[in-house]
Amino acid sequence: MKFTLSWLKDHLETGASAEEIAERLTALGLEVEQVVNRADALKPFTVAAVVEARAHPNADKLSVCIVDTGRGEVQVVCGAPNARTGMKGVFARAGTTIPGTGLKLKKSVIRGVESNGMLCSEREMGLSDDHESIIELPEDAPVGGAVAKVAGLDDPLFDLAITPNRADCLGVRGVARDLAAAGLGRLRAIDTSPLEGGFESPLRVELDFAPEEGAACPCFVGRVIRGVTNGPSPRWLRQRLEAIGLRPISALVDITNYVTFDLARPAHVFDMGRLEGDLWVRLGCGGARLAALDGKQYELDDAMTAIGDETGVLSLAGVIGGESSSCTEDTTNVFLEIATFDPVRTAATGRKLGIETDARYRFERGVDPAALITGAESATRMILEFCGGEASRLAIAGAEPDWRRRITFRPSKIASLGGLNLDPGTSRRILMALGFGVEGEGESVEVSPPSWRADVEVEADLVEEVLRVHGYDAVPAVSLSRPEEASACVLTPSLRRAGWVRRALAARGMVEAITWSFTSGSDAALFGGVPESLRIANPISAELDVMRPCVLPNLLRAVGRNVDRGIENLALFEVGPQFADDTPEGELRVAGGVRRGSTGPRHWAEEARALDAFDAKADAVAALEACGLRTEALQTKRDAPGWYHPGRSGVLALGPNTLGFFGELHPGVLHEMALEGPLVGFEVFLDRLPERKARKGRARAPFKVSDYPAVERDFAFVVDDAVTAAAVIGAAKSAERKLITEVTPFDLYRGEGIAAGKKSLAIAVRLEPMDHTLTEAEIEAVAKKIVASVVKATGGSLRD
Amino acid sequence: MEDVGQLRSQLLAEIASAGDLAALEQVRVATLGKKGRITELMKSLGALAPEARRAAGQVLNALKTELADAIEARRAELERTGLETRLATESIDATLPARPEPAGAIHPITQVMAEIIAIFGAMGFDVLEGPDIEDDFHNFTALNIPPEHPARQMHDTFYLATAEGASKLLRTHTSPVQIRAMQALKPPYRIIAPGRTYRCDSDITHTPMFHQVEGLWLDRATHMGHLKGCLIDFVRRFFEVGDVPARFRPSFFPFTEPSAEMDVACAREGGELRIGAGGDWLEILGCGMVHPKVLANVGLDPEAYQGFAFGLGIERAAMLKYGIPDLRTFFESDLRWLRHYGFAALDVPSLVEGLSR
Repeated sequence: MKFTLSWLKDHLETGASAEEIAERLTALGLEVEQVVNRADALKPFTVAAVVEARAHPNADKLSVCIVDTGRGEVQVVCGAPNARTGMKGVFARAGTTIPGTGLKLKKSVIRGVESNGMLCSEREMGLSDDHESIIELPEDAPVGGAVAKVAGLDDPLFDLAITPNRADCLGVRGVARDLAAAGLGRLRAIDTSPLEGGFESPLRVELDFAPEEGAACPCFVGRVIRGVTNGPSPRWLRQRLEAIGLRPISALVDITNYVTFDLARPAHVFDMGRLEGDLWVRLGCGGARLAALDGKQYELDDAMTAIGDETGVLSLAGVIGGESSSCTEDTTNVFLEIATFDPVRTAATGRKLGIETDARYRFERGVDPAALITGAESATRMILEFCGGEASRLAIAGAEPDWRRRITFRPSKIASLGGLNLDPGTSRRILMALGFGVEGEGESVEVSPPSWRADVEVEADLVEEVLRVHGYDAVPAVSLSRPEEASACVLTPSLRRAGWVRRALAARGMVEAITWSFTSGSDAALFGGVPESLRIANPISAELDVMRPCVLPNLLRAVGRNVDRGIENLALFEVGPQFADDTPEGELRVAGGVRRGSTGPRHWAEEARALDAFDAKADAVAALEACGLRTEALQTKRDAPGWYHPGRSGVLALGPNTLGFFGELHPGVLHEMALEGPLVGFEVFLDRLPERKARKGRARAPFKVSDYPAVERDFAFVVDDAVTAAAVIGAAKSAERKLITEVTPFDLYRGEGIAAGKKSLAIAVRLEPMDHTLTEAEIEAVAKKIVASVVKATGGSLRD
Repeated sequence: MEDVGQLRSQLLAEIASAGDLAALEQVRVATLGKKGRITELMKSLGALAPEARRAAGQVLNALKTELADAIEARRAELERTGLETRLATESIDATLPARPEPAGAIHPITQVMAEIIAIFGAMGFDVLEGPDIEDDFHNFTALNIPPEHPARQMHDTFYLATAEGASKLLRTHTSPVQIRAMQALKPPYRIIAPGRTYRCDSDITHTPMFHQVEGLWLDRATHMGHLKGCLIDFVRRFFEVGDVPARFRPSFFPFTEPSAEMDVACAREGGELRIGAGGDWLEILGCGMVHPKVLANVGLDPEAYQGFAFGLGIERAAMLKYGIPDLRTFFESDLRWLRHYGFAALDVPSLVEGLSR
């Protein structure tokens, strides 16, 4: 919402500066995006009189002008055809920077004649593209005076961001009313008194709605004005429209635009000479086409409100007018339209057709339902003043909808809800200044909001009105103390785990990324795919058109981008959601990570090793350990999902509960994603971890260690290739559970000396006696049990 | 009996001339070993008469002790010189780099979220979460944003291609967690809800996904003064720059009334932005008193309960605090960026150890 200071002052009697006004507007909730004074850039330009203009001795198209600048006479060479003796123009002295060109003006000699400045065109001033002729100022412009002032540019321009609830402030008058209520001036009265119509409107309007559709256009006020002359509108009006970025067209059109911005009251004028018969307003014009004022063709549907005559649709109600009935220079009789249209329907129409107009903007936010007649009178007054003619009596169809309501207001709420002790008289004064009616006295009063404040519905709205006009700054800030009953840990179990896992993985050298929750349908398909319910109906791009079923594809894409930047070795992880379906239960928090390349850069002391599935396993296990899981309880199984290498991957589980996957990424998946390995990854499902049991205290289990020496014995078994290390370890442990504290594989061998299809697995077994030193005989007995147990469980044999 | 004096000189000379530990050991064995010369002499004492034996025994014992001490002294010397010789040959180029241990990093969004949780946690707020895929009721209707409300146009909503019926959407803000909290908990409570949010928008200042933290404090008496106090305390702690002037401007959100936007003071100098006293204001968050219709929508009596709510953009907070210039870079996963703006694994924000390093 834009307006100039002088425009505001038409409605507000105030001595406040633009800065004071801007500050107050922001404090009122009418956020000032910027205040610009266009005069600032035009300061060096002054009014000058051309004392004498004579032909340039050496050039046909140039003239030599003697210019009275108010500070002495100066000689200027000028190329404009309209330079002539006696005119007044815009003078720029040598040394001035010209806004239109950005160049600094220099004293020069043009074809042998000295030139000490410039008479400027509109383009040079940055005002328009006109550079054929120099600006001609009015004869009464004061020589030496500021051009900006003469040209009406010395008028600060306000640009406000109006929140959607404040439809009333989409007109200058609404803004002025707020400022007046806040004590920054007095709201001036405007003349909305009824005009005597000289004759009955020859044109009628029919609101052609079924009873249940009546809200589409509750009321339509029209009037014929005949005998008008549609020339350019007056200079001040054009200047104001130009200032807010509108292009002046003709007086009739400019007036409707002006009323739209002045009173937040959209209006329209039809050229009566181009109408056939009476007007109607109705729905159900599906299929009809309208050549609109923006030069485009639109096709209507049945839900759009249209205005038409015997020939068909003339305009889209509340959105845009039609070309066929628009006013031209030849227009002599007009029909003025001031109506209200359903905000929802207007918004839907505009959205559907992609039309954004100042009228739509206001109608969809709600136009004052009680200001139709006064709005019509204001517009008529301007038309009569600028275009002449004679007005008919008003033709009114429909009726003002019932907008009146009462809200019970307890002034004590300003303190109990607003936190500000304010005397009830101040509250009352503020509400009344804003146009609210206040009845009654004491603890509870009845407040009736004005017709232009449809947004005020409940008591809390009134509290806001009082507080914002009085100023939020006045509310004293009260610091809060931590409540006695506050939780010892504020995080949910899932968030706690997420934090532990992030810190653990970062401590392992992985770098945390945050990638989109969406991914592309094609990448998703490589990672299990998504049901139709996870497809985004309006994706931002085809690469982000489904919710991700897995955190890995986006991380892998990120790896690819980094590799393209020349980073060959990297480790990225993310803790975030993956989606199985569109229910809250289908959203799972996952820690996923990928590592690419080798264990490190080339190093003088140590050779880097290519990454393999066990690097990913270490990450996954570290993530689970960070969550407090005892990893001895963890089982590693086969059959990781299809995006992993089928033979070089695993599943981490607690019984039937799958906690994670790890492994090399499937070469086929990497190929599809144009990635090169080594690339390993893991996923850990943080929401699937068992809940920690409630504990009574934080005391650890008693510290029990043996005072007797531990013994370590090594064994090598030859087993079938298919026998897992876990099977060997498990069998060894089961041989003497109390004594055996650790079984660690330390060598794996296939090849010479070992039959094909077999392998040798060596384990170190640690025995820790609790009550005596083991004798050789005892150790030997345990060793025998271990061998027997492993042989029995695996079908293998002790290696010779 | 040999001349003890001569023997002493000879043996001491042998000890002194032993060139290494092995040679010294040979001398020791030859002198004091089972068949060493002194040992043999001691054995021969038995043949002497008692008096002569006593006298000779004293002499031999003294010599034995002297020789043993000399051997130990020589051993220490040989060990010392041996170590010196070894050390003289052992040397590294200490300027070579140590074995690499790549450092990980925590994403600034995670870190700032943790900072925010630390501050509000200390004020007694619990953390809650809600789903990213929401329904219309929680994201809009319950928050007093009925269908076709102009406020819905402020949200460019991603919808899921659900079959006819209840349409699912990606939450446009974390405010639906307010609704879920109010449905699940009994006041009084203070909660914050951090999480991912989504809007169908992508340009220099918008990404289709971003993060917010929602706050809700509901009881019977909390008013705007508390809202101001709580949020002023928050920004002062969060920005860690002493005095951060703050102001509250009236604004509009369908789910709060009265509503406000909070600005913090900043200074812009030479293209650099600094939070703290200065000539400019920066919007930091939106807030307000929970709208009575929102309370009614979840079955709470607006006459009995009141409180405040706020919503803060995490990326914006991170950008302002840590001087990160471009929103879009948060999600590009550029390793160089992540290392530059990321945080060490052990930098866990804490109000007692300092929020940030």
